[in-house]
Amino acid sequence: MGAELLIVILIVFMLVAAVIALEADDLLSSVIAMGAAGFALSVIDLLVAAPDLAITQVVVEVIMLVLLIRVVLKRRDTAAALSHDLLRTGISLLACGVVLAVVFFAFGGLAENGPAGVVPPFGEPVLAGGNATVEPGVSKDYLEQTVEGTGAVNSVTAVLLDFRAYDTLGEATVIFASVLGVYALLRQIGRRKEHLTL
Amino acid sequence: MKQQHGMTSIVKNTARLVSGFIAIFGVYVALTGHLGPGGGFAGGVIVSSAGALIVLAFGRRLATKVITDEVVHVADALGASLFLLIAVLGFLTGAFFASFIPVGDLGHLKSAGTIPLSNLAILVKVGAGLLGAFLALSAFRLAGKEPSS
Repeated sequence: MGAELLIVILIVFMLVAAVIALEADDLLSSVIAMGAAGFALSVIDLLVAAPDLAITQVVVEVIMLVLLIRVVLKRRDTAAALSHDLLRTGISLLACGVVLAVVFFAFGGLAENGPAGVVPPFGEPVLAGGNATVEPGVSKDYLEQTVEGTGAVNSVTAVLLDFRAYDTLGEATVIFASVLGVYALLRQIGRRKEHLTL
Repeated sequence: MKQQHGMTSIVKNTARLVSGFIAIFGVYVALTGHLGPGGGFAGGVIVSSAGALIVLAFGRRLATKVITDEVVHVADALGASLFLLIAVLGFLTGAFFASFIPVGDLGHLKSAGTIPLSNLAILVKVGAGLLGAFLALSAFRLAGKEPSS
């Protein structure tokens, strides 16, 4: 229960950081607030016993923070002129919350609240098949077959690169395409301007 | 043109000492991905952060003499092709992504079939890709620092 309370506190912290990131005057302040939200997320990953995700989250957050600060630092003048209408922000957040609540109850709420519920309680993923209303999932098979099927000790890696390697291939393709997009958008502009200033 | 010289010599020497260890740690995280927490993606990001450290400390102009854009692009494409090659080699022995190497002893570095090889391919791919994006964004900042008007 203590861990759950800590997770709730961290989620509230992340929400506050996200709102600050949206509303801050300075681009640098928003980048730092974004970083705070990311580090809180990595602590949450650790608390729910997902060290693989926590490592990746911390490292990605550090490099994104360095990158964004480097890009943003000397470009104060390009700070986007966001509207500071608190009422509008509040109404948007309220609308998001209402939509989420409608979706939650449209799917029947928590699974333990009746036969219509499909949203499993916290800590019991759908794939585990721990609750009666959902078909028994595949994650038990993954855990059982990790050692003899793949020989890996870390079952997360076994899922990523053996059971569901297609997903990893798709992920690698997404990264490849996004890096290509970065090259196409930024590199040519940078080169042209560099030649001009040289 | 202060950008050309990078940061002070303290930062430069520290980066020179540390960046190699950071890169080795990234390779370690990727290589032991099947034994403990970690994997190719996290390792690749750590390796690219070592490159980013060099770019930040020595300035982009000097750093791109060592880490040229061409090297980064070739490594990026090479990592992606290696991962696909492992998948296709598995296809030749059965199914797409089938593990064509014997499972080996549990808990050893050389075990788990093709998983360490895939981790290495993803390490090269992600590391080079993120480093390339970092270099491109550095050029973007260079361009933005001196407005043409």
